[in-house]
Amino acid sequence: MTQHVPPEKPWQAVRTEAIESLLVELGVIDSARVDEIVKHYEERVGPKGGARVVARAWTDPAFKQRLLADGLAACAELGLGGPETEKLHVVENTATVHNAVVCTLCSCYPWPILGVPPAWYKSSAYRSRMVREPRRLLAEMGLPLDPAVEIRVWDSVSEIRYLVLPERPAGTESLTEDELAELVSRDAMIGVAKVAA
Amino acid sequence: MNGIHDMGGLHGFGPVIREDDEPVFHSYWESRVFCITQVLDTQQIWNLDEHRHEIERMPTADYLTAGYYGRWLFAMERLLDRKDIVRAGEVQRRVDEMHNAAPALSAADGGPRGWPLPEERRVRWGAWRHEQAVAPRFAMGDRVRVRNIHPEGHTRVTAYARGKVGVVDRVNAEAWVFPDTRAHDRGEHPQAVYGVRIAASELWGPQAEANASVYIDLSEDHLEPA
Repeated sequence: MTQHVPPEKPWQAVRTEAIESLLVELGVIDSARVDEIVKHYEERVGPKGGARVVARAWTDPAFKQRLLADGLAACAELGLGGPETEKLHVVENTATVHNAVVCTLCSCYPWPILGVPPAWYKSSAYRSRMVREPRRLLAEMGLPLDPAVEIRVWDSVSEIRYLVLPERPAGTESLTEDELAELVSRDAMIGVAKVAA
Repeated sequence: MNGIHDMGGLHGFGPVIREDDEPVFHSYWESRVFCITQVLDTQQIWNLDEHRHEIERMPTADYLTAGYYGRWLFAMERLLDRKDIVRAGEVQRRVDEMHNAAPALSAADGGPRGWPLPEERRVRWGAWRHEQAVAPRFAMGDRVRVRNIHPEGHTRVTAYARGKVGVVDRVNAEAWVFPDTRAHDRGEHPQAVYGVRIAASELWGPQAEANASVYIDLSEDHLEPA
């Protein structure tokens, strides 16, 4: 796949350094606190958290029921939660319904469950097209869907966040919960991919 | 405001390009901008909606070229300046000194400024108010029309949904803060938020894809009975 690295603009790096140094001098922030948050996003949260939730839902029907009823409370059972997500709806993919998530206005995303969104999720192309031509876009992204499959696009422009519960692939009956979690990709939990066995 | 940030339905942006093994942050400054903003979020300086609106106010050409974190950097600078916490002049002076590898950086301006924040200027964070109850006007299954409004200020009603008719699919009956007013310091106006299902054919007419719909979360004040 083509490498897509946003153009580095040194002036932005300099401006950021200038502002951070002023904020520290003025006693508004502590750089050590900023370091901790960077570490949090680089090391502690990410799609692996969401994958654990999905694997649990696949193997524990009572958990799945709780997850669909109150996503955040169920995620908290696995130790997941945190800022910027005050309510989470989990939407389930089936053989006849496919769900996908977008935020056309900015980049709303369940940070505590999936980490920082990938660049493509925040791109103009994804934000503009996903609501207007989801079937065509999904096919372009490698997920052709049968015309009989209903597509539901969730434009999460309010403060409710969404997580897609992908279909469990066939042939995974003998796998453990941890092994199942390894299969679940971030893209499947946004709804632009399926989970492959 | 009708701005470039409201992208749903626009043509011309090309394919979605995914990067293999994408890092959490592509560069150091991006990680700093994102995480400094999160620290500032907890300092009661601004609220979520003000921050989003500041990004929306970025000049269109800059919005499209600055990159995601470049927008956050812009909003941080502008908000800090407007609230007199770090002034634009101070930032520019320091940027120039850093660019020119000045032997020493000059200190921030002396005298009073907007920091520490006086009690009356501290803003509450959070999207909904747990201590308040709301009585939702609409129920699941109700037909609703998205109000056709074009406010100059902040709003979360996407342009592509305005005037369209859908069905209430979910009632989020918590006391959600109304972004359109909070962004402008005109009160929180807590209200229910509804997941509204709008058929693709209603949104896109003859160009709509078959067997598809969009579910949009909308504040009660953005809906009327249909």
